[in-house]
Amino acid sequence: MENYTLSINGKKQEVTAPEDMPLLWVIRDLLDMKGTKFGCGQALCGACTVHLDGEAVRSCSLPISQVGEGKITTIEGLSEAGDHPLQTAWVEHVVPQCGYCQSGQIMNAAALLTKNPSPSESDIEEAMQGNLCRCGTYNRIKDAILTASKSL
Amino acid sequence: MKKWTRRAFIGAGVLAGGTLVIGIAIRPGNRSSKVAGLIASEGETVMNIWLKIAPDNTVTAIIPHAEMGQGVHTALAMMLADEMDADWSKVTFQEAPADKEYANFTLLKGFVAGNATFPKFIEETIDGVFLTAVKSLNFQITGGSASVRFTGQQAMRIAGAAAKSMLLQAAADTWKVPTEELTAKNSIISHASSKRSATFAELAPAAAKVNIPKQPKLKSPEEFTLMGTSQPRFDIPAKVTGEAKFGMDVQVPGMKYATIKAAPVFGSKVKSLDTTVSSSQQGVKKILNLGDAVAVIADGYWQAKTALDALPIEFEATENSGLNQAEIMDRYRKAMDADLADGNLEKHFKDGDATKALEQAAILVEAEYQLPFLAHATMEPMNCTAWVHEGKCEIWCGSQNPLGVKAAAAELLEIDIDKVTVHNQLLGGGFGRRSETDVMTQAILIAKEVDFPVKLIWSREEDTQHDVYREATISRMKAGLDQSGLPIAYTHQFIFKHHPPEAADIPYTIPNQLIQYSSPASFVPWGNWRSVDHSTHGFLTESFIDELAHTAKKDPFAYRKTLTKDNLRFQRVLDLVYEKSNWGAPLPANWGRGVAIAQSFGSIVAEVAEVEVSVEGKVKVHRVVCAVDPGFAIHPDGFIAQMESGIIYGLAAAMTGEITIENGAVAQSNFHNYPVTRMNEAPKIETYIINSGNPPGGAGEPSTPVIAPAVTNAIFDATGIRIRQLPISKNDLRASILPST
Repeated sequence: MENYTLSINGKKQEVTAPEDMPLLWVIRDLLDMKGTKFGCGQALCGACTVHLDGEAVRSCSLPISQVGEGKITTIEGLSEAGDHPLQTAWVEHVVPQCGYCQSGQIMNAAALLTKNPSPSESDIEEAMQGNLCRCGTYNRIKDAILTASKSL
Repeated sequence: MKKWTRRAFIGAGVLAGGTLVIGIAIRPGNRSSKVAGLIASEGETVMNIWLKIAPDNTVTAIIPHAEMGQGVHTALAMMLADEMDADWSKVTFQEAPADKEYANFTLLKGFVAGNATFPKFIEETIDGVFLTAVKSLNFQITGGSASVRFTGQQAMRIAGAAAKSMLLQAAADTWKVPTEELTAKNSIISHASSKRSATFAELAPAAAKVNIPKQPKLKSPEEFTLMGTSQPRFDIPAKVTGEAKFGMDVQVPGMKYATIKAAPVFGSKVKSLDTTVSSSQQGVKKILNLGDAVAVIADGYWQAKTALDALPIEFEATENSGLNQAEIMDRYRKAMDADLADGNLEKHFKDGDATKALEQAAILVEAEYQLPFLAHATMEPMNCTAWVHEGKCEIWCGSQNPLGVKAAAAELLEIDIDKVTVHNQLLGGGFGRRSETDVMTQAILIAKEVDFPVKLIWSREEDTQHDVYREATISRMKAGLDQSGLPIAYTHQFIFKHHPPEAADIPYTIPNQLIQYSSPASFVPWGNWRSVDHSTHGFLTESFIDELAHTAKKDPFAYRKTLTKDNLRFQRVLDLVYEKSNWGAPLPANWGRGVAIAQSFGSIVAEVAEVEVSVEGKVKVHRVVCAVDPGFAIHPDGFIAQMESGIIYGLAAAMTGEITIENGAVAQSNFHNYPVTRMNEAPKIETYIINSGNPPGGAGEPSTPVIAPAVTNAIFDATGIRIRQLPISKNDLRASILPST
């Protein structure tokens, strides 16, 4: 067990964890922030996506020992009042069905828009193809990202 | 031996009892003190078991169904509020407790008898019989695309109308005016001529004492104010902020975490288990041998998983330990051959003399089809939190079947069912998987060994390898065509018949038919997979009819129209999909267009797929046009979302979905070898709804059965290759396309 100081959503958090513990379980089990989801444990589905220094990363496969000084943002920290342009667009397009994958989808999309504020449809497909959704909300996700990109 | 499922058991059980009769259920519910205790807060008036009114004039719909993305809480609340003329801005919902009072007899009746109507004089008796049956069967299920068409139609609307009638009566009694002079609007009852008005809340205490009307008047579609509109869904806001709570997110004070490894070969047992190393690992609380599985309890999931992975576990060999997929399919073929030879095939449907008519046909068409096992792969892996303490059991999970969970817990622990509480959560995907109680049973077995709550989480690997699978099947079809190319005989033999019973029926007018099936032993557990048997029969029927059309050198679209000419609903759906898909318009080289249509769960869905097959043999589905007659779409946008969802779910199965057995165990383990549709593979989908005025049909399942045949029929159009074995990825299409020069 090691002690770590993490910067999550602009706040310093002290945790004691085994060094191979993935960031996902640190966030969920140790810090009790449940918005980031467990889907596959192998970086194959994107449900656990968070930002590390603005980059979308799969927290299920990122050991806490590799996080270092990096600034972590989770869905809870994406916006103060749940009104990030993507979140607003998600509501407007009624994207979620079961909703389980959507934190990861939104975080992945947010990282995309930071890099590329006006992505084309194929840019979106390229960036989002690692985020699985079994309810098949892909077309609405695409539309919502396009809507959000226009309001940026 | 086939795995028992509640859904199959109930259908069969009640059918065996001979109670095939059904009327429109008129039972808005009672106001028993038990129900009031379960759902009411201080000052609230419980009008019936489906709704209550608070002093601030809020109407709460009590919804006996789980939310798994289908928007059921919103749609059902709309149905109740519309009939009641409640102010929608003050309508909220509460998920009903898992309780026998909410045992869903309308749903059971729907499953058993469809939408049949029966003479009034027997309705009450029948209702009583069904009510007793569902209560004893603990039936409170979200499945069968049934929430709107049964609970909504036969409980929510009637409850809302009954409550309005009672409120009107209370106002009439108070003001000494005839009820006919009163109006209800926006949760207010008014008497125009005396300019008096009162809110629902003000009238509620008096209304609650009024007798419940037996047959409250329901609105006609022209009077609907909410039904048929797309109101914002209750569940959306929390699903974009990460606040939505799924079973996986349950946090109970003092809780520990467990994970599990079940015997890879179904039916095998733990032979030996060496706990020396893992027991001393950091955070490990307990290692449990459950007989057919090993579980580790630890401070967190990660510690439990790490310890479990390090455990040397040996499982016993069974008679199935060496079995592979090819042998399973071979056994199915042999079972069908033997049943055919011995005259033991079970009859599904017979009309005329198909065998004789086949001999007389001008053209004989024969085909054998094969479909694989499929996993559900919900995004949220299976999980359940359980706490067994002081003779009680508390369970937190996302279940399509919370009352079944409650009953299973009571049976397992040998305690009274009232000592079990189920806290149902949002479901991270259901698709039939979460109608089972296997995971909850494991969680209880683990939790009863310790004195603290335990959250059991399955790894994705466990989830993939210990699902209840959509059955694999072998299907043999024959048809005889006359000189003009129209079918005069049709025979079909397939493996396994589950649910719904009519899935193997064909919608086409063919005079001589014989449809039969075999039920060989299978050790692979099966369960309800989105659209259940329609998922196989939609593909079989719609592929084979396409073969007949092409053999007859007819346009597959026109052929279907000819063979359904007496079915007006089919004709209209086909016409609509024809128009919207531009059927017949030229396509680029190596593209094809395919059509398929099926009726399931009360909705008729036709889809036209446009596909491209590359030189490398890769299939890309560009566009799907979906036309559907659901009778009436209560929440049109939600209905469209379900069509889109069912198409993408069925497409994943059609393209790459396949679970195979190797050495008695499931070979696939995670999304790398059980791939599902990704954004870049998702077609554009257009959905067009026909509100035909028929009773509302289902939404969650009916678009799934037709996507696979729409795509494979399109592949035939593009390549001339008929796909008779799914998934499509197993078929080599390279030879079919010539490289462009």
